[in-house]
Amino acid sequence: MALRIDPDHRRFRDIVRGKIRQNLRKYISSGELIGRKGDKTVTIPMPQIDVPRFHFGNQGQGGVGQGPGKVGDVIGQGEQAEGGAGKAGSDPGEHVLEVELSLEELADILGEELALPRIEPKGKERLIAQKDRYVGIRRAGPESLRHFKRTFRQALRRQIMMGHYDPKRPMVVPVHEDRRYRSWKTTPMRQSNALMIFIMDVSGSMGDEQKEIVRIESFWIDTWLRTQYEGLESRYIVHDATAREVDRDTFFRTRESGGTMISSAYRLCAKMIADEFPPSEWNIYPFQFSDGDNWSSDDTATCMEILKKEILPAVNLFCYGQVESPYGTGQFIKDLDEVFKSDDLLVTSEIKGKDAIPDSIRRFLGKGR
Amino acid sequence: MPHRKSRLPDYLLDIQREIEGHARAYGLDFWDVSFEVLDYKRMQEVAAFGGFPVRYPHWRFGMDFDRLSKSHVYGLSQIYEMVINNNPAYAYLLEGNSLVDQKMVIAHVLGHVDFFKNNYFFSRTNRHMIDEMANHATRVRRHIERFGLEKVETFLDACLCLENLIDPLSPFIVRHSPEPLAREQTPTPELPRLRAKGYMERFINPPEYLEKQRKKLDDERDKPRKTPREPERDVLQFLLDHAPLEPWEHDLLSTVREEAYYFAPQRQTKVLNEGWAAYWHSKLMTEKVLQPSEVIDYADHNAGVLAAAPGQFNPYKVGLALLRHIEERWDKGRFGKEWNECNDYDARRTWDKHLGLGRKKIFEVRRMCDDVTFLDEYFTVEFCAEQKFFSFSRDERSGNYQIDSREFSKIRNKILFQLTNFGEPLILVEDANHDNRGELLLGHRHEGTDLHQDHARATMEALARIWRRPVNLRTLVHEKNRVLRHDGSAYSDGSG
Repeated sequence: MALRIDPDHRRFRDIVRGKIRQNLRKYISSGELIGRKGDKTVTIPMPQIDVPRFHFGNQGQGGVGQGPGKVGDVIGQGEQAEGGAGKAGSDPGEHVLEVELSLEELADILGEELALPRIEPKGKERLIAQKDRYVGIRRAGPESLRHFKRTFRQALRRQIMMGHYDPKRPMVVPVHEDRRYRSWKTTPMRQSNALMIFIMDVSGSMGDEQKEIVRIESFWIDTWLRTQYEGLESRYIVHDATAREVDRDTFFRTRESGGTMISSAYRLCAKMIADEFPPSEWNIYPFQFSDGDNWSSDDTATCMEILKKEILPAVNLFCYGQVESPYGTGQFIKDLDEVFKSDDLLVTSEIKGKDAIPDSIRRFLGKGR
Repeated sequence: MPHRKSRLPDYLLDIQREIEGHARAYGLDFWDVSFEVLDYKRMQEVAAFGGFPVRYPHWRFGMDFDRLSKSHVYGLSQIYEMVINNNPAYAYLLEGNSLVDQKMVIAHVLGHVDFFKNNYFFSRTNRHMIDEMANHATRVRRHIERFGLEKVETFLDACLCLENLIDPLSPFIVRHSPEPLAREQTPTPELPRLRAKGYMERFINPPEYLEKQRKKLDDERDKPRKTPREPERDVLQFLLDHAPLEPWEHDLLSTVREEAYYFAPQRQTKVLNEGWAAYWHSKLMTEKVLQPSEVIDYADHNAGVLAAAPGQFNPYKVGLALLRHIEERWDKGRFGKEWNECNDYDARRTWDKHLGLGRKKIFEVRRMCDDVTFLDEYFTVEFCAEQKFFSFSRDERSGNYQIDSREFSKIRNKILFQLTNFGEPLILVEDANHDNRGELLLGHRHEGTDLHQDHARATMEALARIWRRPVNLRTLVHEKNRVLRHDGSAYSDGSG
């Protein structure tokens, strides 16, 4: 139902979207939205948009109420004093408006702001799903699909033609030939499935800060890819000197110590693809995050082998994000760049800190593959 | 559209006629009321439009609508009743409400319409506001077509920031006579001199003194005339008169001002108006309208309307209780010199002179009072204790709200403070040529509470956009003199 207020409402939503867009980089870097994600929506805190006016700051103003109670009784919880006493009145963002946004809308805004192109799913290898729709009527079919109205109409028509119909005693009795059934048509539906494989180095050199960056970045990548594919699966691999598959929670929490053998993760990744996700049906996106410190140059050489022979041929895009760590040499990104300089399938990005996350996302997803 | 036929189904129309009959018998005096049944979406729409079917395009209404729909979805609020101060009055019923609810709303609305028609503070409002609002919408739309949405919206935003800077009493009184034209001005005033006999003249009015007086008068005359002559409370009118506005800007600002004045009495009489309507719906329902089977539902819903959480000041509850209190006092003769001077607790408790003037008195109150005078005059010690009023404030350490007093004078002052000027700061135009640089100077009459600094800053920016020259606001922040200043591009708050 169209309402007269719809244009005003739309305009308000636009303003809200504009505000979110303005602050998107801040939201991305701070990572605060991750905790606010619901099933299909995310609530975004934003400063009140209301029309400002001259009015009283309400520090300790209180008011008048009614009811039982002695002097000193607590009648309501105040917001905890933030940022020390006396400052509350002038803190911006004190009145917070919570805006609920669907993840799709959020992804749209992300796409607009970072100028991300729509992803072209891999050419021919689309999964064909089938969908049935009832489109017509036919004379034969299962009884459960019998179309009563059409059947009786047919019977009426027949009776009138044959002169059996008496308007004074309007009785319509369908015979077998009158029966009409719904008929359906099968339409092929193009559906493209995608797989994200997140690989993270959890060796001793990856600190909490580095992991936080990975967490934030993967949240946004996930949000974006979800709008690009109907079916999206994610798998998580952690590795130090050995690799194993874990669930999402563990992925972000695990902390191991010890060495780093990136090849172990590559092997697992290649195996996972080969066993479960035939590249002809899946758009595959491995995202690897590491501090760039590998055990030995031998292992690095093995990595390149596996990448070249097994992983790259199967994937849409392989993204390598290197977070800066005080311990690592950060050599791996250089090796990758050297070997795969001219290969479109592999993107590398150095993530220097939280502020670099938006640019890194743009590097990864900006190719539209 | 305004005078269309009522779209009320027949059975509700019959109920309306019946309740109206009872209400007239009680002495209520109202215009025709046209009820319309709306589904909850349209109800929210109309509520966001401030009760009107059409308003000028602005996102603020969309925002209100957004909030209303959300609180409806989360089950936080339900709009039961809405009525427009208009002749004929328009009111809305929510589709799907039970019959007893509809009866209650109809009775309640009649109370409001009687109030609109008879309360003095509404006497200067436009009684064809529905048409006027539609005109405003058309005009604003036309401006948008001509100048673009962005431009018009930005300017409207600025105007709306200042919406509360009006003088609610200005429709009733002439604050100052219009300035006389230069040539009509009174001739130079004579030198003040004391009367004296001729031979004493030299001593009583010595020449040096007269010379000094003459000089003073000359100075007075040569001093540049200040605009406004007296501090001006109707800031919007002042801007309309003196700000360098394009015609379309002038039109937008005057639209905003006109609507602000239309809504002002409703904000001025919230407690009394709701109390009055609640008084009449409960009287009509319990004495005339209710079927025995409806009593429980009615009592349940009525209790919901009149409930107050701790720390909440529910105008329905307070207004109703105070009206009943007044009715009882005048019925029993608990007023006047004798009553006031009686200190015998027992005598006061059982005081009853069987005067039966209560009904008459509350009709008088509904005609003459706004919230401030209503509570100032009739909020008594007994009432305060009987209704268990308390004052609360925020405890600095714990951050919790606590009851801080049950003292009558403190509570009363707090209530009056909250009601005076709608509980908003009083801000006046002091000088349109501040520092002789064409800057605007406003003054905040500080009464113990500081302005909200962030919002003040944003509002100053809006003001600067309208004035097109730097604007200043004199106020107190943390008990120190401050001048907030916005020059169109930058904000500062210096000590002044």
